[in-house]
Amino acid sequence: MPMNLFTFKGGVKPPTHKTQSVGLPIAVAPLPSRLVVPLHQSIGGTPQPVVAAGDKVLKGQLVGEADGWISAAVHAPTSGTVLEVGPHVQPHPSGLDAPCVVIAPDGQDRWIERQPFDHAAASPDETRRHLQRSGVVGLGGAVFPTHGKLTPAKSVAMAELVINGAECEPFITCDDLLMRERADDVVRGIGIFRDLLQPQKVLIGIEDNKPQAAAAMRAAVAAAGEDFAVIEVPTLYPAGGAKQLIRVLTGKEVPAAKRSTDLGVQCFNVATAYTAWRAIAHGEPVVSRLVTVAGNVRQARNYEVPIGAPMDEVLALAGPQPDTDGIVMGGPMMGFLVPDSRAPVVKATNCLIAHSARLFPPKAPEMPCIRCGACAEVCPHELQPFELYWFARAKNFGKTQEYALFDCIECGCCSYVCPSRIPLVHYFRFAKSEIWAREREKNAADEAKARYEFKQWRDEREKAEKAERLAKAAANQVSRKAAEATGEAPADAEKAAKTAAIQAAMERAKAQREAAQPKNTESLTPEQQQATAEIEARRAAAHLGDSEQP
Amino acid sequence: MEILLAIAIMALGAVVLGAALGFASVKFKVEGDPLVDKIEAILPQTQCGQCGYPGCKPYAEAIAKGECDINRCPPGGTEGVQRLADLLGREVKPLDAEEKPKAVAVIDENTCIGCTLCIQACPVDAIVGAAKQMHTIIAQQCTGCELCLPPCPVECISMQPIGENIENWKWKHPILAIKPVPPAVHAKEAA
Ligand code: SF4
Ligand code: SF4
Ligand code: SF4
Ligand code: SF4
Repeated sequence: MPMNLFTFKGGVKPPTHKTQSVGLPIAVAPLPSRLVVPLHQSIGGTPQPVVAAGDKVLKGQLVGEADGWISAAVHAPTSGTVLEVGPHVQPHPSGLDAPCVVIAPDGQDRWIERQPFDHAAASPDETRRHLQRSGVVGLGGAVFPTHGKLTPAKSVAMAELVINGAECEPFITCDDLLMRERADDVVRGIGIFRDLLQPQKVLIGIEDNKPQAAAAMRAAVAAAGEDFAVIEVPTLYPAGGAKQLIRVLTGKEVPAAKRSTDLGVQCFNVATAYTAWRAIAHGEPVVSRLVTVAGNVRQARNYEVPIGAPMDEVLALAGPQPDTDGIVMGGPMMGFLVPDSRAPVVKATNCLIAHSARLFPPKAPEMPCIRCGACAEVCPHELQPFELYWFARAKNFGKTQEYALFDCIECGCCSYVCPSRIPLVHYFRFAKSEIWAREREKNAADEAKARYEFKQWRDEREKAEKAERLAKAAANQVSRKAAEATGEAPADAEKAAKTAAIQAAMERAKAQREAAQPKNTESLTPEQQQATAEIEARRAAAHLGDSEQP
Repeated sequence: MEILLAIAIMALGAVVLGAALGFASVKFKVEGDPLVDKIEAILPQTQCGQCGYPGCKPYAEAIAKGECDINRCPPGGTEGVQRLADLLGREVKPLDAEEKPKAVAVIDENTCIGCTLCIQACPVDAIVGAAKQMHTIIAQQCTGCELCLPPCPVECISMQPIGENIENWKWKHPILAIKPVPPAVHAKEAA
C-alpha cells in the first residue's frame, strides 16, 4: 500500500501466540445450561430491567432498557424463561456482584420478529437511536455505546474514520477470524458509520501479521464498490490502541483531555461495524460475540458465544489442560484474572485464556526500581512510569496527576519490560481509582455543604418571617387598643391611609357580596325575610366577635 | 554616640516598616479566612456535630484558631486526620473515636407515623415526606450523620452500611494486597 505511515513512540513485541487459534473456522458455541446477562454492559447508565422472573422471552427480546443517552440496551441471547433478576458475580477484577437477568434457555433459540431498519430512508438521529436500541457498543473492549460516537463534531470537519482491525494483544484472534470470514458485513457496517459521520476518508488499519484478513477486507471493499483504504500497519504492541492506531494512520496525537472527534477523527473496532450491520440489515440486536478461547487448552479456537454464558462452560469447549488454574479475560497484557470462573461472557469479553503456572510462570518478587528508564522508553504515551510509580506508591496522588497519570492507557508495556518486575500498571490503576473515589467524595461533600447552607438559610428566613408576623400582629393589637381607648382613628397619617384603604376594600367586598346575592332571595315572604335578617344579624355579630381576636 | 545613632536608625526603620505593614494589613485585608476554607474543604461536610461543634464550619474555625485537635471528626476518618496534618503541618494523631463504615439512614416505611421530626433534624434535607404521610430518605443525599435517629418517636430509622459495589470498588495498593501462598508452592520451594 503506497502510503506514508507514522509511528508512535515506544511499544513492545511480546510473543503473539496467535497461530494456535486461527487454524479452525469460527464455531458457534452450544447453548449453556443457563445465561446470566448483566444489565450493565457498557459505559454509562445501567439499563433498567423490563422483564421479571417467570417471563417467557425470545431471542433478541429487550430485557434491559437504555438509561439515558450514554447507555445501550441489553437483550435476551436466546429464547427461554427468565428465572430471576438479581445480583450475580461479574467478570470484573473485584469479583463483586451486579444486577443480571438469568435466563433458562428452552433450546429452541427462537428469534423475535426481526425488522430490517431502512437506514437510507431514516434520519441520522433515528439510525443512532436504532443502534442504541440494538445494544451496539464498542466490542474492542472499551464498550462505549457506539451511537454516542456517531455524531460529528460541530467545530471540526470529520477528516478520517479509522477502523481498528489491528488486534495487537497476544492470543486474541477474534477480529482476525471475523475479517477473514465475514468481511462483507464488516465493510457494509463501516459504510453505515461513513454515512453518519461523512468523513473525507476511511482508513482500515490491520497489523501486518494478518495478511489473510487484510486480503479478505480488500476483496470485500472492492466487491462493495467502496473506496476504503485497507492499510497494513507494522506489528508492534499496542498498535491496536485507538490513540496509537490514529497516530499511525493519520499522524494525529489525541491528548487525554480531548476526544478524537475534536480533531476530526473517529475510531471503531471491526467487530462493532459488524454488529452495527447485523442490527441495521437484519434487525438483530447484539446477543452474541466472537470470543477467542486459548491458552492452556487442547484446541484453541474462536467461538460465537451467547452473551451471559458462564466462562467455565465456554472454556470447557476448548478442552482446558488439567493444570489450568484460572481464566484470564482479555489478553495477557491488559486483561485480568477473573476472580470467579462462573462469571458470564459479556460484550467486553474478546478472549478467554486458560491460565496455568506453566504458561504464565509466577513473577519473582518485586525489586526496588533502579531507575533504568526502560519503562519510559517503551511507553507509547511518552510518560515516565517510574516517576508515576514512585508517587502512586507514596499515595502522592496530586503528583501522579501532574505527571499525566490519566494519559496512561494501562497498556502494560512498562510492566512488561521492567527488570525489577514492578507491577507498574497495578500501581497506576490503584492511583486512578483512589483519585476517582476522592473526586466522588468531594462532589458528595460539596453537595452536602450546599444543601446544608440552603437549609440554614431557609431556617433563618423562616425565623425572620415568623418574627415579622409576630411583630405585625403585636403592632396591630397595640394600634387597635389605642383606637379603642381614644375612640378615634390613629393619628398617624400613614396608618390612616392604610385604614382607609382597608375600609374601602371592605366596602367593595361587601358590594360585591351583595351583587352576587342569589336571585331567589328577592321574592321572599315577610317571614322568610324576617328569618334571613335574623341570621344575618347573628352572622354579623359572630364576625365581630371573630375580629376581636387577632 | 555612634551606637545611639545606630539604635535610632534601627528604631526609625522599625517604626516605618511597622506602619507600612499595619497599613498593608488594613488595605489588603483578605475577605474571609482562607485557612478556614482550606480546612473546611477537607472536612466531609456530614454536619453531624460529633466533633463537638455545631457543624463542619465551626470545627474548621476552631482548628484554624488552634483551639482544638485535628482528630475529632469521625466521618473524616484517619485519612481526614492525615490530610489535615499535611495541610497544617501538625502531627498525625489517632482518631479520637472509632472509625465507622459509611452508612445511609433508612426509614422503615411501615412503622413511620409521619411526625416530620426527622425532617427537621436532617441538616441536608435528605428526607422527604409531609405531616401524617410516610417519609422516606433519598439515599444519594444522605450523609449518614445519624442526626435523624434520636428524634424519631417510633424508632423506625436505622443505619445501613454502604457496602462495596462495582461502582465504588477500588484497586488495592499493590504492596498491601498480600495473598496467602498456597501450601503447594511452599512445598515446591522447599524442595
Ligand atoms: S523499568 Fe522498572 S526499574 Fe527501570 S526505571 Fe522503570 S520502574 Fe524502574
Ligand atoms: S501502562 Fe501506562 S505508563 Fe505504562 S507504558 Fe502503558 S501507557 Fe505508559
Ligand atoms: S464531626 Fe466531622 S463531619 Fe461531623 S460536624 Fe464535625 S467536622 Fe463535620
Ligand atoms: S437522613 Fe438522617 S442520617 Fe441521613 S443526612 Fe439526614 S439526618 Fe443525617
